[in-house]
Amino acid sequence: MLRTLNRLNDLADVVQLSGQIWIDGENVLDPGTDTIALRRKVGIVFARPVVLPMTIRQNLTYGLELAGNKNRTFLNETVERSLKAAALWDEVNDRLDDPAVSLSGGQQQRLCLARVLALEPEIILLDEPTSGLDPISTGKVEATLEELTSRYTIVLVPHSVQQAARVSDYAAFFLGGELIEYAPGKQLFTNPQDKRTEDYVEGRFG
Amino acid sequence: MSISQMRNRFLLIEKRKLTQKLGFTGLGLAAFITVLPIVLVVAYVFWKGWPAISYTFFTEMPQDGMRAGGILPAIVGTLWLTIGTAIISVPLGLGAAIYLSEYAPENRWTRTIRIAIINLAGIPSVVYGLFGLGLFVLFLRFGTSILAGSLTLAIMTLPVIISTAEEALRAVPSSFRVVSISLGGTQWQTIQRIVLPQALPGILTGIILGLERAAGETAPILFTVAAFFLPQLPSSIFDATMALPYHLFVISTQVPGMPIQIQYGTAAVLLSFVLSMNTIATIIRSRARAKRQW
Amino acid sequence: MEEIHWSEFVITRLIKAAGYSAILIVSLIFIFLLREGSPALIEIPLPTIFSERWYPIEDYFGMLPLIGGSIVVTLGAALIAMPLGISTAIFISEIAPRWAREILKPMVEVLAGLPSVLLGFLGILVVAPIVRETLNLPTGLTALTGALLLGAISLPTIVSVAEDALDAVPKTYRDASLALGATHWQTIWRVTLPAARSGVLTAVMLGIGRAIGETMTVMMVTGNAPILPQGLSALVKPIRTMTATIAAEMGEVANGSVHYHALFLIGITLFVISLIVNLAAASVVFRQRKRAERILS
Repeated sequence: MLRTLNRLNDLADVVQLSGQIWIDGENVLDPGTDTIALRRKVGIVFARPVVLPMTIRQNLTYGLELAGNKNRTFLNETVERSLKAAALWDEVNDRLDDPAVSLSGGQQQRLCLARVLALEPEIILLDEPTSGLDPISTGKVEATLEELTSRYTIVLVPHSVQQAARVSDYAAFFLGGELIEYAPGKQLFTNPQDKRTEDYVEGRFG
Repeated sequence: MSISQMRNRFLLIEKRKLTQKLGFTGLGLAAFITVLPIVLVVAYVFWKGWPAISYTFFTEMPQDGMRAGGILPAIVGTLWLTIGTAIISVPLGLGAAIYLSEYAPENRWTRTIRIAIINLAGIPSVVYGLFGLGLFVLFLRFGTSILAGSLTLAIMTLPVIISTAEEALRAVPSSFRVVSISLGGTQWQTIQRIVLPQALPGILTGIILGLERAAGETAPILFTVAAFFLPQLPSSIFDATMALPYHLFVISTQVPGMPIQIQYGTAAVLLSFVLSMNTIATIIRSRARAKRQW
Repeated sequence: MEEIHWSEFVITRLIKAAGYSAILIVSLIFIFLLREGSPALIEIPLPTIFSERWYPIEDYFGMLPLIGGSIVVTLGAALIAMPLGISTAIFISEIAPRWAREILKPMVEVLAGLPSVLLGFLGILVVAPIVRETLNLPTGLTALTGALLLGAISLPTIVSVAEDALDAVPKTYRDASLALGATHWQTIWRVTLPAARSGVLTAVMLGIGRAIGETMTVMMVTGNAPILPQGLSALVKPIRTMTATIAAEMGEVANGSVHYHALFLIGITLFVISLIVNLAAASVVFRQRKRAERILS
């Protein structure tokens, strides 16, 4: 679902799609959409952290450099800003030129988040961003996300029902590729309208 | 279980162990027989060729009907041909590899390309020579020249470069590509900044191994560039030239009364040329393997 | 932004062209061989082509002795290289400890890189005398000498392709067999080798293809006598292969002569043989290969 929102599905061979996705008055699935610009506007963080095989700094500036941005001071400012926003600055500010793979799993995942933030997107897609992390790192990432909600629209595929209940403002329940229910988070988890949602939330299947 | 049953069982196990031991020894012996001649060849050629090697052997023209003097023009010719081959085959081969690994859809045309490459890899070297003669020397009127020879060698080298480079490109994890695209990169930006740098050691190894083959080949250059003897060095790509492998062929079969020392000396120079390329390729590969981050 | 799109477009086209150039090149090779070789079919009567005498000076263009020569040497080489090559591949992939593997693999690669002219050179000076003295022959330049050296030349192909095939056998197969109480040796023979069967077959075919096409070595060490080989004794007599004939005679013929066309006709024959061998080998591989799963993460 998430990969559809920024057309990363284009890379996979066979995907059946129907329906429409409207972001800022444009239909994302329209073949004429400028996917490059779309992907800059709609950032994504994957389940497993994938740091590019470069230094920490290069990981952060990569997206901007692709867009042709060469201004050193601007790039450096962006590195600091996005690392701070992802709550990683204090941990890595003295080793920005180390290879990114030298970071721990939780740090790598927050670096991936910072890398998306560096592009100043409007929407951030998160695909089970904490599934590979231990509870402490998960807590840090969730706290970071909490702060970011004030400035960005965040779409998160949760790792568990508990996580969804913990962090969501609005929640949607999908089953077999179909949207079953969409409601404010509190309502969906405490008082679901659809029987299937209720069964899932209460752990009768899943 | 009776005593005799246990005894039989024990014997069976012993027998199996013995079979295994004999079998492993046999296989090890086969590997030894395969490898031993390589060591012997290299050691023997250097041992017999060593007395001929001197500074002048590398820097002088052949004298006295090639029975004395150096082998400079053959060395220079092989360098020209190797460089010429690289200039043609590297961009073409790398481009084809990138196409197959990054762009090509799974369809009939792509399968046709793959089959074409497999066939190229299997065509006998002397047939490449015929083709070079027909197309480059005669039809395009390049004459027997470094240009015609390099083109012929380049085409022969292509399949090696394509298949090793494609393998190296495919080995780069696809998640890197997805991340780069998700950050707003175009496909070429992704290839240029992420995929190619990561695959570079593997690509280089393939290129060097391909050129090593080209440098040692004789049959494709027989009718396209190689000269029996030339009193001067080539001055342009439209000149014919002597070349190390062809020179070795000439002095070992065509020139009566050839001093054996010069023959082995030439063989040693050719061998060290090829071996050093092989060594460089091996070093690049093992260093990249040690440094790899994924 | 416009600039990026434009250069991206050009580069993508260039890359695609490079990909398709492989088809173009194979077609060109075929066309030019046909162009230069097909006149021979008109100029030389068919019965002559299938006769036993190759003596171009008197217009005898019988190709049977050359084809026979190629077959004898190639079969000899295969008989030597097949058992050695497959055994070596099994040893490297299944038995050898890590350090031995690290030595053996580069060695095999060195063998693959040895110029054939160098092996021919050593064939004349070292192998031929040994063959002559041990078998008490008038000359050491025989089919057997050629087969020995060709065996060495096709070894690296067989070893590396067969080893890849063995490596591709899932480890779980071996574990399952070992868990059932089979010895390591039984596992190799009854599980691993059968599972890698088609890859090993490919290895042998490619090795044979390599041997048929080899030129310089056979030209230098097989004595160059275009006589139709008959019986086992042909092994210890001089012969001449198709490849050697082209290499030895093309330098001396006039372009466009009957002889010239005849040599290209041999080239076409070689091209077709290599086409068949490689397509056969490839079809085995294609059937085996699972399409690489390259979908997202």
